[in-house]
Amino acid sequence: MPEIIKRNKALSVSPLKASNTVGAALAFLGFNRTIPMLHGSQGCTAFGKIFFVRHFREPIPLQTTAIDQVSAIMGSEAQVVEGLKTICEKSAPDLIGLPTTGLVETQGADIEMAVRVFRETWPQFAGTAVVPVSTPDFTGCMESGYAQATKAIIETLVPTRAEAGTRPGRRERQVNVLPGSHLTPGDIEYLKELIEAFGLSPMVLPDLSDSLDGHLPETDYNPLTIGGTRVSDLASVGDAVATLVIGASMDAAADALAERTGVPDHRFAHLMDMDAVDGLVMTLSRIADRPVPAKVERQRAQLQDALLDCHFMLGMSRFAVAAEPDLLVGFSRMLASVGSEVVAAVAPANAPALQDVAAREVKIGDLEDLEIAARERDAEILIGNSHAVHTAERLGIPLLRAGFPQYDRVGGFQRTWIGYRGTRDAIFDLANLLLGEERGEIHPYRSTLKQRPESECEMPRPN
Amino acid sequence: MKQKEIAALLDEPACAHNAKDKSGCAKLKPGATAGGCSFDGAQIALLPIADVAHIVHGSIACAGNSWDNRGARSSGPSLYKIGMTTDLTEQDVIMGRSEKRLFLGIKQAIDSYKPAAVFVYNTCVPALTGDDVGAVCKEAQKRWGTPVVSVDAAGFYGTKNLGNRIAGETMVTQVCGTREPDPVPPGIEHEGFKVHDVNLVAEYNIAGELWNVLPLLDELGLRVLCSLSGDARFHEVQTMHRAEVNMMVCSKAMINVARKLKETYGTPWFEGSFYGVADVSQALRDFARIIDDPDLTRRTEALIAREEAKIHAALEPYRARLQGRKVLLYTGGVKSWSIISALQDLGMTVVATGTRKSTEEDKARIRALMGEDAVMIEDGNPRGLIDRVRENGVDILIAGGRNLYTALKARIPFLDINQEREFGYAGYVGMVELARQLCLTVESPIWDAVRRPAPWAAVAGHAQPAPVQSLSLAANESAPVEVPSHA
Repeated sequence: MPEIIKRNKALSVSPLKASNTVGAALAFLGFNRTIPMLHGSQGCTAFGKIFFVRHFREPIPLQTTAIDQVSAIMGSEAQVVEGLKTICEKSAPDLIGLPTTGLVETQGADIEMAVRVFRETWPQFAGTAVVPVSTPDFTGCMESGYAQATKAIIETLVPTRAEAGTRPGRRERQVNVLPGSHLTPGDIEYLKELIEAFGLSPMVLPDLSDSLDGHLPETDYNPLTIGGTRVSDLASVGDAVATLVIGASMDAAADALAERTGVPDHRFAHLMDMDAVDGLVMTLSRIADRPVPAKVERQRAQLQDALLDCHFMLGMSRFAVAAEPDLLVGFSRMLASVGSEVVAAVAPANAPALQDVAAREVKIGDLEDLEIAARERDAEILIGNSHAVHTAERLGIPLLRAGFPQYDRVGGFQRTWIGYRGTRDAIFDLANLLLGEERGEIHPYRSTLKQRPESECEMPRPN
Repeated sequence: MKQKEIAALLDEPACAHNAKDKSGCAKLKPGATAGGCSFDGAQIALLPIADVAHIVHGSIACAGNSWDNRGARSSGPSLYKIGMTTDLTEQDVIMGRSEKRLFLGIKQAIDSYKPAAVFVYNTCVPALTGDDVGAVCKEAQKRWGTPVVSVDAAGFYGTKNLGNRIAGETMVTQVCGTREPDPVPPGIEHEGFKVHDVNLVAEYNIAGELWNVLPLLDELGLRVLCSLSGDARFHEVQTMHRAEVNMMVCSKAMINVARKLKETYGTPWFEGSFYGVADVSQALRDFARIIDDPDLTRRTEALIAREEAKIHAALEPYRARLQGRKVLLYTGGVKSWSIISALQDLGMTVVATGTRKSTEEDKARIRALMGEDAVMIEDGNPRGLIDRVRENGVDILIAGGRNLYTALKARIPFLDINQEREFGYAGYVGMVELARQLCLTVESPIWDAVRRPAPWAAVAGHAQPAPVQSLSLAANESAPVEVPSHA
């Protein structure tokens, strides 16, 4: 179990943390015909929007309650009611997510009441679900906001067994999936394919793979999300045969779902090494009561082969990793499984999951902390988001980009990290980065007692 | 910041908009608001000052979601690229520890990075709890001897533009005039070549485009005391009061800076742009005209003649390719007119331009360029922009990054013109890059591919998807249009 070292400096320098609030927005973006409206000043939304647009390279529907000087002081409930009404009138969404920001939480805004007032004043918009969630940015990080919003969605929109008469297993092929925020659209797509390979039918909530990856719809402009989990499908998640939960950050959401529906769940801290994926595959095989498909076995063998090929490079190599808790757990476990060591680990916020990180210590901090630790302990490779480019430059070591945000590369947002194949690709990439370094290289020795010309060192090249 | 002070900032006598409703006061509509807040605006305006430690005092969203996302470049220090924030926790907010954290944070920044100065940006949460950021900054400066400047522009004060102004105001009142410029290095001035000091106000060196212009100014002996704030240093901002003339590069953002420098130090100013051949030449002529050094005027004309000839030749091949293409321009402020002339230089037709953030002067210039019946778009909602593109057979949408994916999802060629872009278009040579970028998207072979339905869509007898309205892209299909002369 790693030692967790808390923040001990006044400033966060080169922040690793993205806000709780945008995390909540991300969860809502995984639902179809949805728009999140951040309850805060217009900048909260503008920054959040740019954050996601640059990462996903997709248009991001995101609105604001636009708190100004007057509503900051005099109370902001009216802003919520007006904002909800405006969006409903304009685009009649299926769902409006309403995450709060630090500003309105400091003010003491009562969003639950604001939503009640909205319902009473504008009953004609009853067709639009509204899910308020308290996600001030002075607590948590993106991962926690995403998890809290998912929990709020479940508590607001998934009916209890008693209410809806759902029964676990009535839909014997349906498997619910609660994916943590560390899973990319590519990861989720892989999960769905794996589940389908067992003849099961996945119901992912939220489903970012369907909403934030590669849509080119016939209609040329959409003010809401296109794709993602349908709000109407939430009524039947209680009929599923099982729920898969990926990432410890989703525990509370999973508890809420299990409590409301009675659907048994299977929880996985991560899916980034062979052990973890084996666990998932066995679980699916049991749920489906089917043997593991040959295709999946083949992928497992390919991963084993890659482990053989790569252990020469990855064994005893030294990594520095900066990531949100669940992703940090996944990477540290993957690296441990190939004999690498995480010598510097930084997470933006504390979480119970950090107990599972395979490292001596985890610092709650920023990229400056990572840089200092990586330098002290001679890390050879850095894993982190696009901000860590500068860190890697200063350290003079290569960077593997992972997590949020990734704005200086295309396609990073959808890379598949999980499963046999994702793990294999990741260790190939890491091994290649190490091959590019001159590790253990013995530099030529030029004897001072010999008279070889300097010019012999020039690269031969055609004239 | 007090309501009274905000009202004073919104009262801008140098702006012809002044008689109208103040944009900063216009009530924002919840659920239908786009754009940044005052903190955003203040930070954009000052962040390019490269040797300053920029500390965002607030909870994580303000810095964490946004640091290092601007394209402003530095020729030296990279301190400005390091995000710093007090990252306030719940405990800080509830227990009232945020001022102390800020105070220690300033010390940490000074100890770790030895900045030329520290700028502290206030944000919503501490503004609401009533942190006295100004007092903390004063005390910190006294204690540690490094200048510490408080920029009080919390998000809920108003729009991004208000934040620009607060930033400018802060520089003029707290920084300008606190140091004298260095003497001109010996051996540069000689008979017939005197160095004149100038400032560029609201030039941000996006993608390094200031460096397309600086060699020209150097050649003419125009020393830029300070570019506020592209590739600037703190000690340069301190000397802005000594310029002979200020060029207002983006009037919307910092017109108050030019006005205040005139009121306080008597410095004349003019408004100009470095986009487009005609405008670059005009800006150089305006410097010469106001400085009124016959020698400078002569050299300026010689330089303009030389550079224009060179660039016209370089642009000729692009002009042939872009001639008659139709552009919809949707961008703010100064770019609403300066880019028009750049595009007209290339033989393109601007069918409409956005004016949401334009001043009255901007609009007058637009009319001068596009004619009295120029189509101006006040409200650039994405739906409306796409409709206009379709209605007018537009070949390319030029707008800010915000609209990039709106355009791409509608399969419309696009050019990013705002601060996140990766290419510099200023100066004579910037025009070649602009032309190259325009050709690259407009002539791309992908447009046909992304508009074409899958071959089996029809074969399999499926209902044919509604055809995406295609745009006329082949040059020979364009109707002949009258190209305004750039002379």
